[in-house]
Amino acid sequence: MALTGVEIFKLLPKTNCKKCGQPTCLAFAMKLAQRQTSLDKCPDVSEEAKEKLGAASAPPIRPITLGTGAKCVKMGEEMVLFRHEKKFVNPCAFAVEIKDTLATADAERKMEEAAASEIDRVGQKLRVDALYLSNDSGDPARFLELARLASTKAPDLPVILGTVNPDAAEGALGTLAGKKAVLYGANAGNISAMAEKAKAAKATLGIAAKNMDELCELTEKAKSLGVEDMVLDSGARSAGEILRDNTYMRRAALKKNFKPLGFPVITFANRADGMLETLVAGLGVEKYASIVVMNEAERWKNLALFSLRQNIYTDPQVPMQVQQKIYKIGEPGPKAPFLITTNFSLTFFIVSGEIENSKVACRLAVMDSEGLSVLTAWAAGKFTAGKIAQFIGESGIEGELEQRELVIPGYVAILSGAIEDKLPGWKITVGPREANGLPAFLKARG
Amino acid sequence: MPFTPPKESFSGKICEIGIGRGDGTVSLGGQSVMPFHSFEGAAPGKPAIAFEVQDVPPDDWPETVKDVFRDVSGDPVTWAAYCQDSLGADAIALRLAGTHPDRGDISAERAAETVSRMLAAIKVPLIILGSNHAEKDTSVLVRAAEAAKQTNSVIGKAQEANYKTIAAAAMANDLKLIAMSELDINLSKQLNILITQMGFDREKLITDPMSSALSYGLEYTYSVMERIRLAALAQNDPTLQTPMLADVGMYVWKVKETQAPEADLPEWGELGRRGVAWEAVTASAFLVSGADLLIMRHPDAAGAVKKFMAEMEVQ
Ligand code: SF4
Repeated sequence: MALTGVEIFKLLPKTNCKKCGQPTCLAFAMKLAQRQTSLDKCPDVSEEAKEKLGAASAPPIRPITLGTGAKCVKMGEEMVLFRHEKKFVNPCAFAVEIKDTLATADAERKMEEAAASEIDRVGQKLRVDALYLSNDSGDPARFLELARLASTKAPDLPVILGTVNPDAAEGALGTLAGKKAVLYGANAGNISAMAEKAKAAKATLGIAAKNMDELCELTEKAKSLGVEDMVLDSGARSAGEILRDNTYMRRAALKKNFKPLGFPVITFANRADGMLETLVAGLGVEKYASIVVMNEAERWKNLALFSLRQNIYTDPQVPMQVQQKIYKIGEPGPKAPFLITTNFSLTFFIVSGEIENSKVACRLAVMDSEGLSVLTAWAAGKFTAGKIAQFIGESGIEGELEQRELVIPGYVAILSGAIEDKLPGWKITVGPREANGLPAFLKARG
Repeated sequence: MPFTPPKESFSGKICEIGIGRGDGTVSLGGQSVMPFHSFEGAAPGKPAIAFEVQDVPPDDWPETVKDVFRDVSGDPVTWAAYCQDSLGADAIALRLAGTHPDRGDISAERAAETVSRMLAAIKVPLIILGSNHAEKDTSVLVRAAEAAKQTNSVIGKAQEANYKTIAAAAMANDLKLIAMSELDINLSKQLNILITQMGFDREKLITDPMSSALSYGLEYTYSVMERIRLAALAQNDPTLQTPMLADVGMYVWKVKETQAPEADLPEWGELGRRGVAWEAVTASAFLVSGADLLIMRHPDAAGAVKKFMAEMEVQ
């Protein structure tokens, strides 16, 4: 929880020596509270004050990086419970589980699949983010073999090692030196040894608790053993338990500043039923997981989950309107079709998406209708013949076109005559009602 | 250290409304906690899934979902009976798509006949939907409401442009009403107020904050639903204490991701499961954000969502 200016002031030397660049200690405290300056500007601050202020300014959920290099994943740092309050910060990582009991060929296939999962989605490169290697065999040698395989087949993918055996952990961590892996599997029986292995390898420790009480005990214990970076599993496995525990963890960290739970959460969505696994993984995306582990990463599933994560982690402040202007889709020549729609961002996404689908280059006039869709804007008098005619007339677009023809949405077919009256020399063509009719419509025009 | 769960309880409560008749009655709402938060308060009603059927064959649905209903979709009543008897539908949503001026312009009288036949054939609750043509819907839904008089069916959607006529018809025939606005908590609130000011009982109202599809605005619907639910519970706003509807299928089954063949876009994977996942992920996201009633198309997607709901009860 952030301290107020007055609370910070109490911890400062109160000499008003101005070395920090502020006229008084109080002024400096106020700037600090607003995060407009940093504590190191005051040379005389006591060690005690440093510690207190440092702890208070630490984010409620600790920032931790999974993996290294271009494919590393940032976790933690979240500040809200609901995405409309403020943008969710660090999109969760999807991890695919590979068991050391699998035949080598199958393990290789899953690793290669994950490594080749990257797709381009609305300008972002998205992929399966990590491998979860699990020591199902209980045999350290087999686990080491699997870790070695991962480091050759998918060398730049971050790795989570799942084992309860400290010896197996040590061996596998040896192949991942400096890679910021997660060592998951610290429980009541092995925590001291696991904490040692994680510290030695500079890995993040994954706590595998049976319930929330035990989880708090284990994180405190790990902390006392000198572990700073942790990810948390409360033992929740059903969708309902995941919702409950992940909600409790996020609330405790944010609203109570409860330090034992101020770490990123790992959620196990693994299900034999791939469709159900997709939905439980989706719950993890929506409700506070930083790592979601799954059995399989099929392409259809990846596409759905990547899209969901993108939607949930979108900035809610971005307005639902797009700018009024004439957009070019593809490289439209002077003969390319010219269409018009409203500036409701959903309408724009759908219409421009369908024009892209058609692979016919077009110009798309997006008219300011105060963010309303076509039908509503028409009903509200924001998308009328007069306004359309004025917008097109003033746009100066006619200079770019070989013939003056405008395609209007089928829902407002009724406007075509009135627009022609108000825009002399223009031909108004009625397009399809729904955007999904556009590809057929545009292709038919040749 | 024993953990003290940071529970939250609210003063507000969602109206509990029953739809349908006799054994087929389904109860929506009634909870005083955020969706599926039965670990911190009462959450009696379970969300229901209505299967969408149309008065005309689903020519505009993509193959992967049209195929499932190939043998039954020639007749809306046969189609609905199949959804009820073979697919375990909690309710039937009859969309009178054929009444749209561009899709056959079927008359209000004929639409009302379809409604009567449907009500005679099915036991589960009926949700009667217009073609989303604000003007035509007024005449169609008035006749449809008469045909459904005192069956405790649901009718909609009343929108800003036509709510007076439709709400009056729902009131006169003792039906539940869906009020839809476009993705804005204030618009939803305002429409609910206007409708209740006509004397319409708020305990018969269902709010549709407007649905969307995964990748095509899902986050807007998701957040508007969360905001509406928080206003209803935490701020105890009576005008928003209605069950919510997510009309999922019609948004999902027109996007490219549910139609493009794998041959064109190999990186998108198998089309069949991709389409089902698109609908199921969209629907379950809206359940998590507050929907009490879903309208869906593909039985596999509905089945997956049912399994997900059952798991959400395990706490
Ligand atoms: S440098 Fe430190 S002691 Fe000096 S005025 Fe600034 S805050 Fe006060």
